[in-house]
Amino acid sequence: MKRINRRLLLKGAAAGGAIAATETITGFPTVWAQNAKDITLVHAGGSYAAIKEIGEQASKDLGFKIVMQAITDDVQLNRSLTQPNTIDINNIDSTKLPYLAGKGVLAPIPVSKYKLWGETVPLFTKGSYPNGTMASTQGLSPIEAMFYEAADGKKLASKPTEFLTMIPTIYNADTLGIRPDLVGGRDKITSWKDLLDPKYKGKTALVDYAPVGVMDVAMALESRGDFKYKDKGNMTKEEIDKTVKIMVDLKKGGHFRSFWSTFDQSVNLMASGEVVVQSMWSPAVTAVRSRGIDCYYVPLKEGYRGWFVGLAPMAHLSGLKLDCAYEYMNWFNSGWQGGFIAKQGYYSAVPSTAKKFLTPEEWDYWYDGKPAAVDIKDPYGTLMEKKGSTRDGGAIWDRMGNIACWNTVMDEDRYLTRRWNEFISS
Amino acid sequence: MTSIEHAAALLEEQAPPAENAGERASWWQVAPMVAVLTLFFGLPMLVVLVVSFFDFDRSDIIPAFILDNYVELFTREVTLRLYASSLKFALIVWAITLLIGFNIAYFLVFHVRGLLVQIGLFLLCTVPFLTSNIIRMISWIPFLGRNGIFNQALQGAGITNAPLEFLLFSDFAVVVAYVHLFTLFMVVPIFNAMARIDKSLLEASRDAGAGRVRTVFEVVLPLSRTGIALGSIFVITLVMGDSFVVRTMSGGQSASVVSALQNEVAALQYPPAAASAVIMVIIVTLMVAGILRLVDVRKELAR
Repeated sequence: MKRINRRLLLKGAAAGGAIAATETITGFPTVWAQNAKDITLVHAGGSYAAIKEIGEQASKDLGFKIVMQAITDDVQLNRSLTQPNTIDINNIDSTKLPYLAGKGVLAPIPVSKYKLWGETVPLFTKGSYPNGTMASTQGLSPIEAMFYEAADGKKLASKPTEFLTMIPTIYNADTLGIRPDLVGGRDKITSWKDLLDPKYKGKTALVDYAPVGVMDVAMALESRGDFKYKDKGNMTKEEIDKTVKIMVDLKKGGHFRSFWSTFDQSVNLMASGEVVVQSMWSPAVTAVRSRGIDCYYVPLKEGYRGWFVGLAPMAHLSGLKLDCAYEYMNWFNSGWQGGFIAKQGYYSAVPSTAKKFLTPEEWDYWYDGKPAAVDIKDPYGTLMEKKGSTRDGGAIWDRMGNIACWNTVMDEDRYLTRRWNEFISS
Repeated sequence: MTSIEHAAALLEEQAPPAENAGERASWWQVAPMVAVLTLFFGLPMLVVLVVSFFDFDRSDIIPAFILDNYVELFTREVTLRLYASSLKFALIVWAITLLIGFNIAYFLVFHVRGLLVQIGLFLLCTVPFLTSNIIRMISWIPFLGRNGIFNQALQGAGITNAPLEFLLFSDFAVVVAYVHLFTLFMVVPIFNAMARIDKSLLEASRDAGAGRVRTVFEVVLPLSRTGIALGSIFVITLVMGDSFVVRTMSGGQSASVVSALQNEVAALQYPPAAASAVIMVIIVTLMVAGILRLVDVRKELAR
């Protein structure tokens, strides 16, 4: 009897949550609610963002079908440009915009269609932190990426307008991951320049992806005082040459143990002790830790490398399907998704809604940087952090408020790819 | 003209049509293969060839006829380095797989008595192929790593006192994985060729006073050259066309022609990638043609 009661209670709570969620985003005209149930939207994006469970929840809440497709970056660009009709909602990271904006494949979003714009963090609406200071504009910063000049979506505006390139969804601050037990403690690595420290010769790794790999080295070189870049996010040919030359020398001297190209590789490099300091994504650090091996995502004094992701409806959508697309994008930031991905360490563009789908303890841990009052679990219920641990780097604005440079595509990206190939083969 | 001559002349006139019919039939026989190859190899290659002369910007390829992609390919030092690296791997792996493959095939054909045992052992060779390439390759990583099983065993046995770093994420690791993955491609054709050797030839060789080594070199080796040629074609083209093994086992420290090409594709730079692919196809075709020139596989197989 007792068991049934508890189950009923849980069921009621879940339904209550769902109702609370739909309440905030309704305005779904009942006139065509009947037709909408036949609609299917294809949502394509990276595996970290296009998550099956989110699509299932959305289908349940909205009454039409969302199909999640997790694809790799180059496939996404290819499909967006050559078969745009195969995607309805494009879950792009900001660095895809220089390829896709102005090509007529993405539909600009009138601000009025997005109901949560007022609650979105100012980083995306104004390009500033909550305390009013402007965020760094090295690399492709949010303010440079979020707006089109006009309704035709031809050019990016670099200032707030009425036309959004995408609805911002998740973002995070990246830094170096280390093995505290193998470098002699958490306080042993404090700066990007430690990535190049001869002490760690043969025990460092970079991501095998030119735009990020070169930028991480540039952060290190700048902090070591080798030279100052005008804009690390948009290097000149000379700056690329200078950087790559040093990288080649380091590589020949055996400084790098590996260049990883998948998430799992980065986890294994760290967990096996092949590498003690490397560029890494935040969930990879957690994955190492969940194996019982200490791994630390160091807050470095020069700041983080930032990135952000959003949803853009494709230009071929119209009528009911486009309406459903807007409905879906509004749902996306209405809380359920934000709560889900918070437990993977990513931030929601509308934290106030995500908060409703997190327990106070979870919110304190993930967003406020407070010690965990209870064991922290991932979205699937697996233990991630034990009670008492604190998030590396602290609260959201201690981390996101200290971005040195944003992920980007450089003007000289063609030259950069060429030099990167030379570096890898040297 | 005698009547016999006349008849012969008539026959001669009639013979060619009969030959034509046979020829026509064989054309029909190759037609399906020609259709498949044209559709799935010829046409795509043609597209690649055309695109290799195109211009491009960040996200578009622009129809044009420019030689820039080839000029850049041929004037860059990195091209030479990439081909040198790929050829180096191809050569080393070819030599090792040939040595191992020849010996395994020799053992199976000439030492194992009984067809059942022979087939059983042969099937045993294919067991690793029941798991995927990727798994077989990746399982080397924990084995060869700094704190891997092999290093721990060496240190535990007191043979070394520090982990050997060159075992993983090195050219050594790449070669180990290649040999592991590709040796069977050498074993099968050589086994096939050796199985067709008339055993009495070996007896004759022995009777004529040749020792075992001389028999191997002067009888078995020449007679299994079709198998060696076919195996070599498999191994060399597989290594030349690989990017995944090189990337994973070298930990991204080494590049191959194809992995560099992949980086270009990932950056949407199709025309230079296409030019690189065209050159690659030409070079590999020349290598295969070279092998086929040394050994006339067609003639030998029809033997």
